[in-house]
Amino acid sequence: MSEREREGPQRERGLGPGRKREAFSLGPATTVVRPEGRGPDHREERALSEREGPQRERGATTVVRPEGREPDHREERALSERPPLDVEAVRKDFPILSRTVRNGRRLVYLDSGATSQKPRQVLDAEREYYELHNAAVHRGAHQLAEEATDAYESARRRIGAFVGAPEGEIIFTKNATEAINLVAYAMSNAATAPEPEAERFRLGPGDEVVVTEMEHHANLVPWQQLCLRTGATLRWFGLTDEGRLDLSDVDSVITDRAKVVALVHQSNVLGTVNPVDAVVRRAHEVGALVLLDACQSVPHQPVDVTALGVDFVAFSGHKMLGPTGIGVLWGRRALLAAMPPFITGGSMIEVVQLDASTFAPPPQRFEAGVPMTAQAVGLAAAVDYLTAVGMQNVKAHEHALTGYALDALSTVAGVRVIGPPDTVARGGAVSFVVDGIHPHDVGQVLDDQGVAVRVGHHCAWPIVRRFGIPATTRATFYLYNGTDDIDALVAGVERAKRFFGVG
Amino acid sequence: MQLESLYQEIILDHFKRPHRRGLREPYDAEVHHVNPVCGDEVTLRVSVRDGTVADVSYEGQGCSISQASTSVLTDLVVGKTVAQALAVQEEFLRLMQSRGEVEPDEQVLEDAVAFAGVSKYPSRIKCALLGWMAWKDATARAVAGTGGTW
Repeated sequence: MSEREREGPQRERGLGPGRKREAFSLGPATTVVRPEGRGPDHREERALSEREGPQRERGATTVVRPEGREPDHREERALSERPPLDVEAVRKDFPILSRTVRNGRRLVYLDSGATSQKPRQVLDAEREYYELHNAAVHRGAHQLAEEATDAYESARRRIGAFVGAPEGEIIFTKNATEAINLVAYAMSNAATAPEPEAERFRLGPGDEVVVTEMEHHANLVPWQQLCLRTGATLRWFGLTDEGRLDLSDVDSVITDRAKVVALVHQSNVLGTVNPVDAVVRRAHEVGALVLLDACQSVPHQPVDVTALGVDFVAFSGHKMLGPTGIGVLWGRRALLAAMPPFITGGSMIEVVQLDASTFAPPPQRFEAGVPMTAQAVGLAAAVDYLTAVGMQNVKAHEHALTGYALDALSTVAGVRVIGPPDTVARGGAVSFVVDGIHPHDVGQVLDDQGVAVRVGHHCAWPIVRRFGIPATTRATFYLYNGTDDIDALVAGVERAKRFFGVG
Repeated sequence: MQLESLYQEIILDHFKRPHRRGLREPYDAEVHHVNPVCGDEVTLRVSVRDGTVADVSYEGQGCSISQASTSVLTDLVVGKTVAQALAVQEEFLRLMQSRGEVEPDEQVLEDAVAFAGVSKYPSRIKCALLGWMAWKDATARAVAGTGGTW
């Protein structure tokens, strides 16, 4: 048994090394632990802040505790019974974290919001698929084709179970961007679709599409383009100075002319976790569809797509320990069944004549061409890995790290965090500016120290414009990050200040 | 130190005390260029008189590399004929694309040789080129008589 297998987190969670083989399991779907509570609320905030976590190593962490809220004792007990995440053990599963950068410095990877690193279990699953089972799925009469198809459909079930999706409601796309485009294009394709049920998706002049000011370009530009194609009008929710959605006037932003509302679950720049309920309630009241961009939430907290009340959820594989080249669209079965296709061609048809075709039921209708099978297998291995660690553990760990980082950065003169200053309804994306130093220069000094962060507008240009800044430096956390990484970040920021003679 | 090879004193000096900054009249062409990767922006004006670069003025926001590079640019092209200035621009472009493999021609590039280290950082090359590409664009417009805002 390798050291990794002895010491990996699976072992601690009572899962033996046999787990690795099951990463490419053709058997039943992995059991997924569902959280008992809903999304992050103040009760959970309190429960999270009171559990043992990395912040204890440093001392007191400033966490704003709302007054007059009783903690959910069930949740609190459940969280406190969990041992703190063993970061060193987790790191052993990620080969890249043992390499050095920039003349022998330890890699401090704080850019998981852009893409996460991959554990060996995911890499092994992909390799094993290619070495033993590779074939084009859903076609061919040979054994390999059967095995590849089983692998692909098993992956669909396991990934679906991970987010609480009923069978048959998971569609694989190239990435989350394509998943969102799929819905946006299906809506404009509905204009020419002959089926009467496509009416649900049609929109035109006078209709409205609603987004928010904190969207990633992937959940903004496709809707701008949809409006251009159809003549519909784009509207949006603004932001408060603290970086939260301004929902003070929901009823006038989402009117009865709204056909679709697209919003992000957790901001990739601000870290804000949005109160989806309030938006869904109003959207459904006026008959609008709701699409949730969950790229930054599904990897970092337990998400049950059906419990959110939304109609579509998009997320990407590579941000949750999986490979690039795969994204996921979840949609309610009845909607998917009525929705016209986006990309057409092989695999997605029912009957093809020379002059016309009919289409397969979902999910095949939305998966034209030979799909990204190895990536699906890899992503399924990733959700197995996350499930073994426990998403509630991942969430609690990142919550503690976020509090630690906000606390540590607040001690550095001239640093201003862009986004909520506390950890209430907030995930592990911490954006900041340093007085007198452009973020690109901050990032360069950090890079020189081996600290990998993102700088710029983070594909969410309207956010930085909203805050009157050109860009930010952004650190994002994941299960393999520890307080040592944040200490390195803070030391790097101090070095940048010295280097540029600021403060 | 790698960092010092990137951020040479000349660069930091130009960043802290940029030359010819601010938009001025008269001008023959004005352009607005952005680096879509990081959002850096520059608005740059060129005035050409009798085939000579009479003035380059600019406003912008961006990192030290992009701001210093634009400042150095103005020192190098103002007062030269358009042809001479374009030759400097080409030499700077060649240096930036060299991945650190080209020995910069100090006779031609003067202070701009300080940017040699930038060419080893692929993500920063566009920063260094932002002002230079804007200047080339504006100058072409000025020369073609198609000046004006856009």
